[in-house]
Amino acid sequence: MVEWTEQERSIISGIFGSLDYDDVGPKSLCRCLIVYPWTQRYFGAFGNLYNAEAIMNNPKIAAHGTTVLHGLDRALKNMDDIKGTYAELSVLHSEKLHVDPDNFRLLADCLTIVIAAKMGSAFTPNVQAAFQKFLSVVVFALGRQYH
Amino acid sequence: MLSKKEKELLAEIWGRLTPVAEDIGSEALLRMFISYPGTKTYFSHLDISPRSPHLLSHGKRIVLAIAEGAKDISQLTVTLAPLQTLHAYQLRIDPTNFKLFSHCMLVTLACYLGDDFTHVAHAAMDKYLSAFAAVLAEKYR
Repeated sequence: MVEWTEQERSIISGIFGSLDYDDVGPKSLCRCLIVYPWTQRYFGAFGNLYNAEAIMNNPKIAAHGTTVLHGLDRALKNMDDIKGTYAELSVLHSEKLHVDPDNFRLLADCLTIVIAAKMGSAFTPNVQAAFQKFLSVVVFALGRQYH
Repeated sequence: MLSKKEKELLAEIWGRLTPVAEDIGSEALLRMFISYPGTKTYFSHLDISPRSPHLLSHGKRIVLAIAEGAKDISQLTVTLAPLQTLHAYQLRIDPTNFKLFSHCMLVTLACYLGDDFTHVAHAAMDKYLSAFAAVLAEKYR
């Protein structure tokens, strides 16, 4: 089981508490699709991803970005059993969506950078470390049920 | 692959950051040490506490090398030749750590540049730092 200090819990819930999901979610997913274009392979049914402008104006992508970010709420509410919380989603991503788990890390990195840009100097090295620890546990949990 | 526009953008950004090389470099290093404690093992001979003289000068050195490379990216192998030798035969830093540093550099730039760290800048920067790291590790074996 992952151990969280009080400080880490408060940092992480603080970040999510001040987040505009409809802004950060879409931004992060778009960044991932633009900076790592091979991730677009999973979004064939989402319409026009022809260039960065198309991606950023794509309503399906925006909606999905918000959905994914809200998905992190589950981990936030169950920080002491993130592995159990995501067991089903892990199976879904493996058996139905066939997503290479490396992609979870890419999206997590993009989310980190979008939030860093928003928070500026408030995204201190310690805040970064706590947030990245949270995301790495989520990423691990999502990849856990692959076989 | 970097386009002509991306290379110009990178030269422009790193030119702008050269005066604050010390701040950017030391912050990226500090972020890396705190998020990835294993990376500290390469610095047991230095004082790497926040704002220490060692951290500042080391951070500055790294950023200036990255900025120098950005002036003519097509010549990266030539520009980095001495650093390639240094890293291969003396420092022997495991190349996985270059990825960790690059990520922390991107985070530092995002905090510093905010909205100016556009998707174009982000993509170009990520590609450049990957290329830089690859060239740096070329003489390893």
